[in-house]
Amino acid sequence: MERLGRIVSVTALALVILFLLLPILVVVPVSFTEAPVFRFPPEGFSLQWYEKIGRVDGLLSAIGLSARLAALATAISLLLGTLAAIALVRGVVPGGAAVTAFTLSPLMLPGLVLGIALLQAMREIGLRDAWWSLLLAHVVITLPFVMRTVLSSLSLFDFSMVDAARTLGCSYPVALWRVLVPNILPGFVSGALFAFIASFDNYPVSMFLVDVRTKTLPIALLNFIEISPDPTLAALSTGLIVLTIAVLFLCDRLVGLRRMASI
Amino acid sequence: MRRDPLALLALPGVGYLVIVFLAPLLLLLYASVRGPDGFSLDGYARVLGDPYYRGVIGASLQLALITTGGALLLGYPAAFALARARGTTQVVLFALIFLPLTVSIIVKSFGWGIVLRRDGILNWALLNLGLIERPVRMIFTEGALYAGMINVFLPFMVLPIYAVVRMLDPRLPDAAATLGASPWFRFTRVTLPLSLPGVVAGVSLVFSLSVAAYVTPSLLMGDRYMTMSMVMAKAFLNLRDWQLGAAMAAVLLVVALVVVVGAAALQRRLGGR
Repeated sequence: MERLGRIVSVTALALVILFLLLPILVVVPVSFTEAPVFRFPPEGFSLQWYEKIGRVDGLLSAIGLSARLAALATAISLLLGTLAAIALVRGVVPGGAAVTAFTLSPLMLPGLVLGIALLQAMREIGLRDAWWSLLLAHVVITLPFVMRTVLSSLSLFDFSMVDAARTLGCSYPVALWRVLVPNILPGFVSGALFAFIASFDNYPVSMFLVDVRTKTLPIALLNFIEISPDPTLAALSTGLIVLTIAVLFLCDRLVGLRRMASI
Repeated sequence: MRRDPLALLALPGVGYLVIVFLAPLLLLLYASVRGPDGFSLDGYARVLGDPYYRGVIGASLQLALITTGGALLLGYPAAFALARARGTTQVVLFALIFLPLTVSIIVKSFGWGIVLRRDGILNWALLNLGLIERPVRMIFTEGALYAGMINVFLPFMVLPIYAVVRMLDPRLPDAAATLGASPWFRFTRVTLPLSLPGVVAGVSLVFSLSVAAYVTPSLLMGDRYMTMSMVMAKAFLNLRDWQLGAAMAAVLLVVALVVVVGAAALQRRLGGR
């Protein structure tokens, strides 16, 4: 019985991992194929689809736009979120628990609901600029991710350690830098990473706010799938997957993967 | 009451969310009861009364239920194996579950399409194994949709359960064994109840994400399987029927709220024991 349970759980884990990786790994061989249609097993070897990424209209600019948007929204969220988290953990905020729940609530909201709410509000006030609409919206998407992790690492931090450092001769800023910052750094890194991914990968909010000239990567990708699907998409996906693995590896070195994912 | 100056640091962030998040949301709820001539519940009457839209709500709930059930069935035992692994093995296994979370949902749905195509990897494997004689149509079937949905949302089930199971005191089942409990009894009376907080967290997360799903159903099924989110998108982008879209959004919001509040109440009861 005990053995049986162990066999069932190990088999389930193996199946889960295989199942999760299948649709991700399958795009890699397709990206090196020679034929313009996806076929499995792939035929021949070529890098033409990687070259084509640069030639497909709007794909590179969409990558640039999404990266800029995600970076800027994450930076703004880190600033606003850290200030708010400090106030909520260290200060006396009236209705603190409710305010905390409110700052995290965009996480629970179905993405499309936020998208149409913002579309309607922007129409109402006459904001028609896609870039600014997207930035305003993406800060709402990223802020709760930053809040969640920074809040939890701040509330786990023992602030008497800062006092201890000062007793031992550190000035206040030095004490903050050498004691507080290393302790809450994992919270920052994982909050920022999740925020960046949430923005970079967002479809349901962005789809209402983009215009013909300002398209984020997920929108451009989906348009491309609908109009002319070819292995270029697999090439781009492979590139994104490799980039993701590199970033995850870096974050693991920096703060430890498991510590980061304890969401 | 003395004002704490530190509390003012919360003002920019909270103020931002009030203006850019709360206000638009209230405006949306207002739009759901605003007809051409003032107040009207016409949007709700259509969304909840019309058999077509009722069917869409039912289909979304059904899709979410099947996705959540499938993910629980696969994810629950897997979380135990993940929690039992040690050292480097655990980090690697963990990374393999975590990686798909960071890969774009569009990339995954696209990859899933390649797996299921007529000349895709699954048909190829089944043909070569001699299990089938000619390629089977899999893409654009409901089975493919369910598999794709489970694929996208499974990590959200495994990770919360893993987080709870990892913290379980292994001495508790051992103590039960010492007291003569059979393995089945130990699982149903000790391990399972202790792991329930993780199950509640995973189930509520997967359900609320999958009931609102948009990208996966539209890529894998298109118009053949309409979900609430797809109706909302259509109402706003194609039909320009804002009241209908807003009413559907309100219904989805209520579903999400019920799940969140229900899960929180369940967690409190589980924590209170």
